[in-house]
Amino acid sequence: MKFFKTKLAVALLAAGLSFTSSAADVTVAYDADPVSLDPHEQLSGGTMQMSHMLFDPLVRFTKEFDFEARLAEKWERIDATTFRFNLRKGVKFHSGNTMTADDVVWTFNRLKVSGDFKGVFAPYEKMVKVDDYTVEIKSTEPYPLVLQTATYIFPMDSKFYSGQADGKDKGAIVKHGNSFASTNVSGTGPFIVTSREQGIKVVFERFDDYWDTKSPGNVDKLTLVPIKEDATRVAALLSGDVDLIHPVAPNDQKRVKTTKDIDLTTVAGTRIITFQMNQNSNPALKDVRVRQAIVHAINNKGIVKKIMKGFATTAGQQGPAGYAGYDQALVPRYDLKKAKQLMKEAGYEKGFKLSMMAPNNRYVNDAKIAQAASAMLSKIGIKVDLKTLPKAQYWPEFDVCAADMMMIGWHSDTEDSANFSEFLTMTRNKETGKGAYNCGHYANPTVDNLVNSANAETDPAKRGAMLQEVEQILYKDAAFVPLHWQNLAWGAKSNLEIAPIVNALNFPYFGDLVVK
Amino acid sequence: MFTFLVKRLFQALIVMFVISLVAFAIQDNLGDPLRELVGQSVSEEERQVLRDELGLNDPYMTKYTRFISNAVQGDLGTSYFFKKPAAEVILNKLQATLELVFGAALIIVFVSIPLGVFSAIHPKSAWTKLIMALSSFGISIPVFLTAIMLMYVFAIELNWLPSYGRGDTVNVLGWETGFLTKDGLLHLILPCISLASIMLPLFIRLVRSEMLEALSSEYVKFATAKGLAMNKIYYQHALKNTMLPVLTVGGVQIGTMVAYTILTETVFQWPGTGFLFLEAINRVDTPLITAYVIFVGLIFVVTNTIVDLLYGVVNPTVNITGKGA
Repeated sequence: MKFFKTKLAVALLAAGLSFTSSAADVTVAYDADPVSLDPHEQLSGGTMQMSHMLFDPLVRFTKEFDFEARLAEKWERIDATTFRFNLRKGVKFHSGNTMTADDVVWTFNRLKVSGDFKGVFAPYEKMVKVDDYTVEIKSTEPYPLVLQTATYIFPMDSKFYSGQADGKDKGAIVKHGNSFASTNVSGTGPFIVTSREQGIKVVFERFDDYWDTKSPGNVDKLTLVPIKEDATRVAALLSGDVDLIHPVAPNDQKRVKTTKDIDLTTVAGTRIITFQMNQNSNPALKDVRVRQAIVHAINNKGIVKKIMKGFATTAGQQGPAGYAGYDQALVPRYDLKKAKQLMKEAGYEKGFKLSMMAPNNRYVNDAKIAQAASAMLSKIGIKVDLKTLPKAQYWPEFDVCAADMMMIGWHSDTEDSANFSEFLTMTRNKETGKGAYNCGHYANPTVDNLVNSANAETDPAKRGAMLQEVEQILYKDAAFVPLHWQNLAWGAKSNLEIAPIVNALNFPYFGDLVVK
Repeated sequence: MFTFLVKRLFQALIVMFVISLVAFAIQDNLGDPLRELVGQSVSEEERQVLRDELGLNDPYMTKYTRFISNAVQGDLGTSYFFKKPAAEVILNKLQATLELVFGAALIIVFVSIPLGVFSAIHPKSAWTKLIMALSSFGISIPVFLTAIMLMYVFAIELNWLPSYGRGDTVNVLGWETGFLTKDGLLHLILPCISLASIMLPLFIRLVRSEMLEALSSEYVKFATAKGLAMNKIYYQHALKNTMLPVLTVGGVQIGTMVAYTILTETVFQWPGTGFLFLEAINRVDTPLITAYVIFVGLIFVVTNTIVDLLYGVVNPTVNITGKGA
């Protein structure tokens, strides 16, 4: 780290006080700080947010889920299983090394062995270097989501991470314990880390040799502090101690919005919150009419309005608008009368009992939503035995599908509809790992086949149609109870231009942040 | 004195052993640490491999024996989150907590003694009634509410004081202190007041009742009859005897305060041990949780022992050896 700092100082001197009046110093408060400086240690929002500051991906998502060239300048599909990327020239790593195809291949191979990321890269056989600035990625079967997965390739400085430190391989990915890569970093990103105290703050400073000279960003120093408590985070923003906060709890949003010189920026999110209906533990849930009755009885619009304070988008399907499988026709279905009718048809006019579990500190207002849902179900005679648990205790229960209805939220790692089905609604299969989070035990071969074919279909139009069909079947079968997609919110001082850099993925592009 | 020390040490060891047993036994019920270590799309097999690596699949006795044999060598395990020895992490954060407790203790001493003495000397004054009313009010407000109210008024509305964290600290002989910078001191004010607010009413009442007792004792009556100046009687004779029980309670309470900074630290994002503990529970950082529970147990054992010893020093009539009592 010292090395970078010295280098920065030298560069500044050489530039002859290059700081202009636009130089800005901002403090950002998040609810957590990155667990490690190693971008491959843990696949989490925090890691991805950090990666976009210290590294650059080959391509990145725009706000509209299109792709924007970053370290890859151009790309093209060569054949069904081969995809070529032309890399940008003259890109410098923080260490001063120049990025070449070797670094990209090295990074790809590291991703392939990372416990958390190898799932994303499972469809690929290998990446090969064509020349110094061209790489080709080869999949075992035709694979449509190459660009989506390329957003996960943040080239690392292979020379910097090669060799030994304290008798250990510098490039090793270590989950628990200290490693070179978890405390040292050399990427191509807009920022370098100048100091880091875990759980207290991370200080980022602008990288002088950043390749993207067209970036409008003018932040020279960014301090990231974790503030766990929602109330404290908002207080820090309102009192002027920090410039930007995320997340902003639904209850605080009005306050942030109405405060002078502070703005609230919201983006419709992509994380779906659902209830699964366990067909194995409760025979009543095997009946599609009962499942439909439950979906019709839960007023998810009301939940969004009253509990989420409008801070969510009511859902009728898995994937949000903008995703390949989104079907506009699949709207939320609250209809109490119909729900009662369905219960009657199914022979459960008198209702029945079921158990429900939900976490109480994982999703926004999770426990309150579960309480509301169980109250709504009581209106159609279903007596709910609800248990809410802290996430630490909830996940072990979820692993064994311990209740008849369980809450689960899901964000698609590939920003694609198929991912939801692969984990939540495909038939549970130990061999393939599909349906790993399917605690509804919903099993439909048609759905399985459609998703599998979609994952081998490289024509976007055909693929979209297949995934839409999946959503339609799930809707008709009431495979799960869709609640809403959580929105994302940032609170910031008005002189920070937040809207252009935030997105539904929740990876703000701080390198492009403009401070007036 | 020596036999007393040996006896106390032996008792302390037994207590520590029981604490370690309890701290270790709760581990398995805290949740699955793997969930916080890996992404949600990671397969169950991957997780099993990691569990084996971490030794989480071993039987309880194996785990406990391993833990104890490491612990007696000073190794309390490695925190999953910080990737450093748990003891080192706790000691690092302890500086912040001790400064917070010290600041709160100063407030308690300089507020509770004058107010307690005043209300004992002037039991019928309107001020006394106000002090007593406020202190019952204070004791019934939970500390997180006090903290949030203080933050709302002084940080958000008036904008006089910072809302979170420690601010600038300087390193003095390896100790990061906030007492020597203006920013650090400003950051200390609200958390210290919040923390003090739990104990303050208790101490005001304690000082008052002890002082009242002293004032009604024979020697004070005698001194008054003898015609000594009232101030001399109050502050030289009565106050001195009042301090003895206050010292005992104070000593024990300081240990309690170190352990109970959790709420204050969480609200103010104070980077101390209490905040650390709560975070560790949320992240199921079991080695850190166990180390913290043992550490807090140790604080209680040590402070209690020291108070017992001090008691003997301050009041010679206390026979700590327990002989001929």
